[in-house]
Amino acid sequence: MTGRRTVVPFGPQHPVLPEPIHLDLVIEDEHVVEAVPSIGYVHRGLESLVDRREYADFVYLAERICGICSFTHSSTFCQGVEGLMSIEIPERANYLRTMWGEYSRIHSHLLWLGLFADSLGFESLFYNAWKIRESILNELEATTGGRVIQGVCKVGGVRRDVTNEFLSGMDKRLEGIESDIQEMVNVFLNDYTLKKRLVGKGILKPDDAYNLGAVGPVARGSGLCMDVRTSEYLAYQDIGFKPVTADGCDGYARCEVRCKELFQSVDIIHKVIAAMPDGDVAVSVKGNPDGEYFSRSEQPRGEVIHYLRGNGTKYLTQFRVRTPTLTNVPSLIAMLAGTELADVPQIVLTIDPCIGCMER
Amino acid sequence: MKMLKTILKQFAHKPVTTTFPAEPARHYDATRGHVVFDPSKCTSCTICMKRCPSQAIVVDRTAKTWTIDRFRCVICNQCVELCKFGAVSLATEYSVCGTPAERDAETFAITYVKPERPKKDAEDRE
Repeated sequence: MTGRRTVVPFGPQHPVLPEPIHLDLVIEDEHVVEAVPSIGYVHRGLESLVDRREYADFVYLAERICGICSFTHSSTFCQGVEGLMSIEIPERANYLRTMWGEYSRIHSHLLWLGLFADSLGFESLFYNAWKIRESILNELEATTGGRVIQGVCKVGGVRRDVTNEFLSGMDKRLEGIESDIQEMVNVFLNDYTLKKRLVGKGILKPDDAYNLGAVGPVARGSGLCMDVRTSEYLAYQDIGFKPVTADGCDGYARCEVRCKELFQSVDIIHKVIAAMPDGDVAVSVKGNPDGEYFSRSEQPRGEVIHYLRGNGTKYLTQFRVRTPTLTNVPSLIAMLAGTELADVPQIVLTIDPCIGCMER
Repeated sequence: MKMLKTILKQFAHKPVTTTFPAEPARHYDATRGHVVFDPSKCTSCTICMKRCPSQAIVVDRTAKTWTIDRFRCVICNQCVELCKFGAVSLATEYSVCGTPAERDAETFAITYVKPERPKKDAEDRE
């Protein structure tokens, strides 16, 4: 039987992949038997720069680990340094970080939905998703000064405050954005073509998802109720939070989780704005980090862990990041086994691969 | 077919994109556009050069020049926050595009003159 097997290379340059990852697909009669991944095309060595930049300046670099979840990376890094130095940041800074984090989750999910529609050749849906994303980016730019690299987190709080009048304006505009999202999500969840390409494709059983360490929408799409936001960091403890899950275990379930999370994020932003406390947005920081700390938070793609170790100088001695894409690659391999070759691009996209993030 | 309503709505809608550069790019008061330097206020303290995360700024104290490499600058606002003399600020417009050959590092000659100590002060010391 082995004589009929062929190896088809997929990537690193492929029309559906925004970033490079290589998969060797072992094919038997158009069916994938096995997929062998290889990574390392865009490794930048960002983590080793930690001994050449002061911890306060490294926030800018931590933010540039990923171009989409940049805000979560900077807030996770700051959270880590604050944990090392036992700094209590003001409540308002906590709430603002939560708000921006949720805005960036909406923009990341809209970006993914757009790219996914594009991979199916559904161009008008792709442009519609990105049109809505643009209004989210406008809000981010108006409040932080940057569209995707916000540059607003710093050790000890945030660098910019938002006036309460502007916040209530954002709250109102969000209602309009929500109705646009509703219209778009209706297409994603009910359209015949999309269902045909998603339902029953890329099955990941809950046991496999758990054993292979899936995180984020991939785990939640397999029915696992796993979300770091339940561990009550930032302002989630005051807001109250329940993860979105779907039981389909297929590509459609993962798409459904992301669509529903858009509404959940909108809901969280409404609650955060309503409960926004007054006061300062930053505290002054003195001293240097000493000791080690694991900082966790929920990115749009799943759980991210930053490990930091300091020795009492202004340079950290070690910094490690475990990003959600790397954790989801074993699940992707499990999903690909047994699928048809034509479905591979869509299944690869359902884990929302962010290779720049994964390789740092 | 679910998409049809949205597509038809777009026919009656004006384009969502703008015709940049014929129309100026949209920006907000908070937008970090590009770094603007005021040579008359710089005291050559070099804090901006020391703390620039992308090492885009070079201050030469002997030649009295302040140089910024626009291609290295990440417009993070750190120099603006650190400058005590208000010599560096941020403009909301994005800087114009170009290749490194066309837009090499920009150098400004520092024109700051240290104000003379007021006479009364000097007399008091004596």
